[in-house]
Amino acid sequence: MHPKRKQKLFIIMGLLSLAAIAVGLTLYALRSNVNLFFSPMQIADGEAPMERQIRAGGMVKEDSVSRNSENLDVVFTVTDYVDDLEVRYSGILPDLFREGQGVVVVGEMREGGYFQASEVMAKHDENYMPKEVADALEESGYSPEDYGVKVKGAD
Amino acid sequence: MPIKMIPEIGHFALIVAVLMAVIQTVMPLAGAATRRPLWMAYASPMAMGQFIFVLFAYLCLTASYMLDDFSVVNVANNSNSMLPWYYKFSAVWGNHEGSVLLWSLILAGWGFAVSRCSTGLPRDMVARVLGVMGMVSAGFLLFVLVTSNPFERSLPRVPADGADLNPLLQDFGLIIHPPMLYMGYVGFSVVFAFAIAALLGGRLDSAWTRWVRPWTNVAWAFLTVGIALGSWWAYYELGWGGWWFWDPVENASLLPWLTGTALIHSLAVTEKRGSFKSWTVLLAIFTFSLSLLGTFLVRSGVLTSVHSFANDPSRGLFILVLLGITVGLSLLVFALRAPRVSHVVGFGLVSRDSLLLVNNILLVIMTVTVLLGTLYPLLLDAFGLGKISVGPPYFNALFVPLTVLLCIFMGLGPVARWKRMAGGELRRRLWLAGVVALAIAALAPLVYGGEWNLWVSLGLVAALWVVLPLVRDMTDKVRKAASLWQGVRRQSLAYWGMVLGHLGMAVTIVGVTVVSNYSVEENVRMAPGDSADVAGYTFTMTGLESRRGANFLADTAIMKVEGDDGEHLFVMEPEKRLYLARGMPLTQVALRPGPLRDLYVAMGEELDGDAWAMRLQYKPMVRWLWLGAILMASGGLLAVVDRRYRRRSTVQSGSESSSSAQEATA
Repeated sequence: MHPKRKQKLFIIMGLLSLAAIAVGLTLYALRSNVNLFFSPMQIADGEAPMERQIRAGGMVKEDSVSRNSENLDVVFTVTDYVDDLEVRYSGILPDLFREGQGVVVVGEMREGGYFQASEVMAKHDENYMPKEVADALEESGYSPEDYGVKVKGAD
Repeated sequence: MPIKMIPEIGHFALIVAVLMAVIQTVMPLAGAATRRPLWMAYASPMAMGQFIFVLFAYLCLTASYMLDDFSVVNVANNSNSMLPWYYKFSAVWGNHEGSVLLWSLILAGWGFAVSRCSTGLPRDMVARVLGVMGMVSAGFLLFVLVTSNPFERSLPRVPADGADLNPLLQDFGLIIHPPMLYMGYVGFSVVFAFAIAALLGGRLDSAWTRWVRPWTNVAWAFLTVGIALGSWWAYYELGWGGWWFWDPVENASLLPWLTGTALIHSLAVTEKRGSFKSWTVLLAIFTFSLSLLGTFLVRSGVLTSVHSFANDPSRGLFILVLLGITVGLSLLVFALRAPRVSHVVGFGLVSRDSLLLVNNILLVIMTVTVLLGTLYPLLLDAFGLGKISVGPPYFNALFVPLTVLLCIFMGLGPVARWKRMAGGELRRRLWLAGVVALAIAALAPLVYGGEWNLWVSLGLVAALWVVLPLVRDMTDKVRKAASLWQGVRRQSLAYWGMVLGHLGMAVTIVGVTVVSNYSVEENVRMAPGDSADVAGYTFTMTGLESRRGANFLADTAIMKVEGDDGEHLFVMEPEKRLYLARGMPLTQVALRPGPLRDLYVAMGEELDGDAWAMRLQYKPMVRWLWLGAILMASGGLLAVVDRRYRRRSTVQSGSESSSSAQEATA
């Protein structure tokens, strides 16, 4: 083969194999690292998988937060005003975590129907409702005005 | 009376600025197309006028903040009479309207700088560059006026006091992070404008690359510093010690950085070898488009984060349209005109050209993977296909191997020759560096951590492989000279800039590797008198105090910290603050920084009794992350002051004609 063509062929083959590796890695990484979001209503209906990392969210129910007095374990209830979800977590809650506020939790469903959270997220600003939570509440028949919290974009 | 009218005067100045931007677009571009010097001459004065008026508008808004004019909605929502003056000053860009105004101001500033530094450029080039920048500017100023007017009043119902700035943003990091980041984002508009101008004019020679390279480097250096500041701010302000979250907003700033890095390297090939021309232009277009995409993601409210202030959908749509027009128009120009500037130059398989090509491809692949992970959830949500989030594992799984791959080629590139070289020569120059890198990297974890760790070794071998060939190259070059100083002097500043930039990358990689693998975190319940051991340090809570700050109340924990050897003894005072105007709590972290480790103490929540949940962390070499970024940015800036960019204004006319003659024969 002509050396110039050979060189071009090499470059093209190299590019193609690099691109193939990249696409393969990307798809693999995306498939295994995507977290689906479920509302308490969906979880109560049994839509969420067990023992797989998911995200859930809703409002922290009033008077539901209880701390263990020995360590940093905490249990609270997340609700969309239709169904409740018991969440267990061990560690420090974010500054803006409060009863009656929206939260998103990352973790998995366990036997016994509770949610073991590895991460609890409240928003950076007291005015905002996490978008997923606002949508989930809307689906359960509540509009943002009902719970008197300003939703992103509603001002 | 005039003081009361400041917002209206500012608003008026902004309208004047839009009109000037429109003239700056239409007249010079039409003039360049029809070869009318008078029309082209509109460019520079308009760029200056536009800058002055946007600056004036910006100062008016700042004045409203400083004077606590709560009749201005923007001030009422984001400031408070109790706020210290420097936070009033920075609160101007701590909200949507003000930050877009700052964006526009910086854009106008870059345009003004181009018009000032353009004395050596051909007239039609200046006209086209400023015309394109005027177009972008007009779009953004219209965006401010139509959807995000910062001067809106709430008359006659004036609030007695403002709602205060989000406490997270009341911080030194926030004072400098957005301006730096915007300088970078918007700085790429200059390169973008140059690229479009080259396409329109049909001329892209090595003189063009010598004009463009300094602008690219400066923008890139600012962006580097901006990203590093954001990471630093997140580290100490968000209260849990993370320094990079793969948050979409962070990704938005990383994307133009990746393509910008590719652009810097592609420009080097275009200047030295006259090849990669269309590719360079395309990268310039992509980089600025990604800057705009970042602005869209952050400003449109499709993302919720600390960056997305209250937003309405019309704004998102406006930026999306702006983005669509910019990308669409520039790609159209590219498709029509690129064949005219492209130029094929052959090179060998083993050559700096081909290594830089691989570098570019890798950087683009990295960009695509980050872009995919960032946009995928948004697209799914937009089409109603479910709500997902793509977490750090995805990004780490792709970004880490790609970075290692990139490092392999970073080691080869600087020692390879342009055009072609024998593979044996490259091998001879590098084998020693390779062996040493492998040996040190394999042993280091044993010394440092006590047990072998694959990831640490991998990270260290990547970093050493970047550094050692450079060291070899430097000593080879310097040794030939009579004295050390002469040897250093003989190499160009651009060369030292490259060395510094690559060194910075290696330093950052070492920091990332060590802090990711050897950090220790303990969350414990502590009451006064309790102590806890973390990584050889004993933390004892000796007391709890409360105090009152300018606009907050604080609970302070007094933590006595003792090292293993009993020598280091110091006190750390983390705080939990309650900001009064918003009733918002905030964790104020206590840090004990050091070159080899940070100690990090944050107060969690108050538990029953006198106890608090405390977060104690040991962060080895975390400073290296940002030190590396500073080195990279300094490398970029050092290359800008290289003699060959300064010389251009005097001998430029001669070299220009010779290079365009070359172009004609090629």
